[in-house]
Amino acid sequence: MSSNATAWPSSSDVNEAAASTSRPLRQTLRIAAFILCAGAVVSLPFLVTDYVLSAILVPVLALALAGTGQNLVTGYAGQLSVGSAAFMSVGAFATYDAHLHVPGIPLLAAFVCGGLAAALTGVFFGLPSLRIRGFYLVVSTLAAQFFVEWLFTKVGWFSDYSPSGVITAPPLAVAGFDLSSPGGHYWLSLLVVAPLVALGRNLVRGRVGRAWMAVRDMETAAAVVGVRTGRAKLLAFGVGSFYCGIAGALWAFAYLGTVESHGLDLDRSFQVLFIVILGGLGSVAGPFIGAAFVILLPILLDQVGSAIVGGSVDPGLLQNVEKIVFGALVILLLIKQPAGMARLFYIASIRIGRWRARPA
Amino acid sequence: MAFLLEVLIGGLLAGIMYTMVALGFVLIYKASGVFNFAQGAMVLFAALTFVTLSEHGLAFPWALAASVAVMLALGVTIERVVLRPLVNAAPMALFLATLGLAFVLEGFAQLIYGTQVHGLELGISDAPIRSLPIEVSKLDLFAAGVAAALVAALGVLFQTTRAGVGLRAVADDPVAAVAVGLDLQRLWAIAWGGAGVVALVAGLLWGARVGVQFSLSLVVLKALPVLIIGGFSSIGGVIAGGLIVGASEKLAEVYVGSHVGGGIETWFPYVLAVGFLIARPTGLFGERLVERV
Amino acid sequence: MNDSAPLLEVQDVSLSFDGVRALDRVGFDVRGGEVCAIIGPNGAGKSSLLNVVSGLYRAGAGSVRFEGREISRAKELSALGIARTFQNLALFRGMSVLENIELGSDFRGRATFLEQAFRLGRAPREERRSRDDAREILALLEIAKHKSEIVGRLPYGLQKRVELGRALAPRPKLLLLDEPMAGMTFDEKRDMCRFIIHAHERLGTTLVLIEHDLGVVMDLSDHVIVLDHGRKIADGTAEAVRNDPAVIEAYVGNFLD
Repeated sequence: MSSNATAWPSSSDVNEAAASTSRPLRQTLRIAAFILCAGAVVSLPFLVTDYVLSAILVPVLALALAGTGQNLVTGYAGQLSVGSAAFMSVGAFATYDAHLHVPGIPLLAAFVCGGLAAALTGVFFGLPSLRIRGFYLVVSTLAAQFFVEWLFTKVGWFSDYSPSGVITAPPLAVAGFDLSSPGGHYWLSLLVVAPLVALGRNLVRGRVGRAWMAVRDMETAAAVVGVRTGRAKLLAFGVGSFYCGIAGALWAFAYLGTVESHGLDLDRSFQVLFIVILGGLGSVAGPFIGAAFVILLPILLDQVGSAIVGGSVDPGLLQNVEKIVFGALVILLLIKQPAGMARLFYIASIRIGRWRARPA
Repeated sequence: MAFLLEVLIGGLLAGIMYTMVALGFVLIYKASGVFNFAQGAMVLFAALTFVTLSEHGLAFPWALAASVAVMLALGVTIERVVLRPLVNAAPMALFLATLGLAFVLEGFAQLIYGTQVHGLELGISDAPIRSLPIEVSKLDLFAAGVAAALVAALGVLFQTTRAGVGLRAVADDPVAAVAVGLDLQRLWAIAWGGAGVVALVAGLLWGARVGVQFSLSLVVLKALPVLIIGGFSSIGGVIAGGLIVGASEKLAEVYVGSHVGGGIETWFPYVLAVGFLIARPTGLFGERLVERV
Repeated sequence: MNDSAPLLEVQDVSLSFDGVRALDRVGFDVRGGEVCAIIGPNGAGKSSLLNVVSGLYRAGAGSVRFEGREISRAKELSALGIARTFQNLALFRGMSVLENIELGSDFRGRATFLEQAFRLGRAPREERRSRDDAREILALLEIAKHKSEIVGRLPYGLQKRVELGRALAPRPKLLLLDEPMAGMTFDEKRDMCRFIIHAHERLGTTLVLIEHDLGVVMDLSDHVIVLDHGRKIADGTAEAVRNDPAVIEAYVGNFLD
């Protein structure tokens, strides 16, 4: 049996790690570990530099959220989509326009507007999935990608008729707390991303997630078993695009400080797709691993390059090396471990567990 | 009326170019059953190879021959290193692998050859021909002519040579092809090598029109609507698809685009393709897919 | 369970593929609570018949009625209380055993996706019920220890059992089985038989199964239908059919062809 065809991880799979401790103790340990981790994550701004916050953590969170959205559509529901950057763009512009035209609107409400606009766009461009199956579906999200880029460049209303096409993001504040510092940006991102990921996890572990995976694995059989395949697909596009929309708002507001559609082009869509492949299609933690990798690798390459050359390295050169590394990694992972790095980590943790459990 | 004709002919000529590019995709689809997203990167790589060799003083015929050799080698290597290990993988995995490949090739091409735009001189001017009642550039005509010749040559090759017939057999039923004794490895190598050469021709012709630059690989994406409309399986279909895409894109740009600020060509062919797929999920000339349970 | 009206009525069903007659005016009734086997030489049209009954193929002529109502599309099946398995296994290979089985009864869920995301309203209750129902099936089919394994990695015999489990999950009124024991070893067949009988008795499900192993057929079924070249050539009890000269002819005749 080819391992490639059977390597999609299931959501219950990751939980079944070997454990020899008793149930209540395990439960307490788990809660304790969770509280510790949560505490550490929240207090990061006090522990790391502004640079790490602004240049690494915030974009990682934003991209991971986009990756989560992409994961729902492609990893769980099996619908090929290369339009995540377009949906991010819609989210960013919609958030900006909501903030601009609805005076006094709370920031988070504006974000939700962005997400909803993106969701509607996603469902619209996802409609062809009801008739078109498999690879051909990619044209629909390709059309979305190019159309959205064109729309936001041509129609000035979206960018408030700014002559340069570039607009600055409004100051960030939630419930009276000023979040304009790098730490504030980080907390905003966390505040937005964490609940969304938790909600997504619930979806994926329940009926909706099962329906998605059924559509992915064998659509005809899914229909026989009573799965409403059309609804499932549109829901995937809707929720996935919602996530991408909010990710786009974060990307623009919390990371770049501006909304511009050229940074959210087809290359960005591919990057989000890569994040999901690298991290592992169909795994909840995968997008975070992938996003971390995508953001950290260029920085790492820059450091290594500077060390070797003894000065600064041409950014163009670095970009090309990045491209090669990402492309090669994607190919390698697809050949060796289609379930991505999340599965590699899981396997590694099992091996470490076994090694440590060996009798002395 | 003359204007309409001009636009139409311009569109048709562009369409022939699309057809030629699409053929590279068809070769690989027939052999490996995958849409080779890296074809665009291959076009860029081929054009850059030729241009760099020329700029370093190599005469046209030598530069051309060397580029052909490079592309053949590249094609065969890709087949060996990327496609072979994935021979049993799900179609999605295969497609994603070609996506990764595209990135590797683009990065590689620009790493070796640099990122500046290069001009490409084929010795044929872009000036319009005066003697015809409508304006058509010499270069466009020449490109269309070469493309048409290539298309015709491939069509003949598919029907008459053993390799061509073999490829059609593999596309139809790989298991039966092996059972009949066809050498799959050799056929795959031929298909991918061939795609490399097609990429070179496409790169040279497109490069002469727009200059050799990174956006070349995006232009190639237009081959997807061509193949969706025309189907992946017949040369006639690909030609029809190319002409439809080329003509409709130009017409839409001129007649609709002028009202909305222009630039529709970037997305119009894709929307057109979606429309076609909704009406006919297997393309105009494609085969009906039956899912067996 | 034995009503006077038949549970399933197949009336004059005909089906052609590109001019080839797969089914020729096939008609029969299945009563509630019985075990009905469809047998016949290869190519007789048994799978096609099942595909028509389950709405995957549209018959050229004739009709199929379940509890008096006409069936036409596969997606109506679950709501009507019909489930089926497939000859070539139609499992969701990327999901676990438990997930596949839970899917069988998922169509009953009423909670919206928002309720599910926030774990509010009807969602937790439905999820718990789904898991408990699935656990019962897992126990019945003795596959509980595999519940978290990915189905695609299981051996063939176990996969067949999971598919049966998925079909049983909604406690269907009618279960259509397309060669449930194909490709199994003797032991696996014996186990599968046991499970099928158990399901029939415990859950009261009416069974219609396509089966090649005549021994199994004679042991299990109350009612046997024989097809040959798309036509029904016998319809009665196992005993009656076994001694029917037309049936013997069909099998032997095919053998000598």
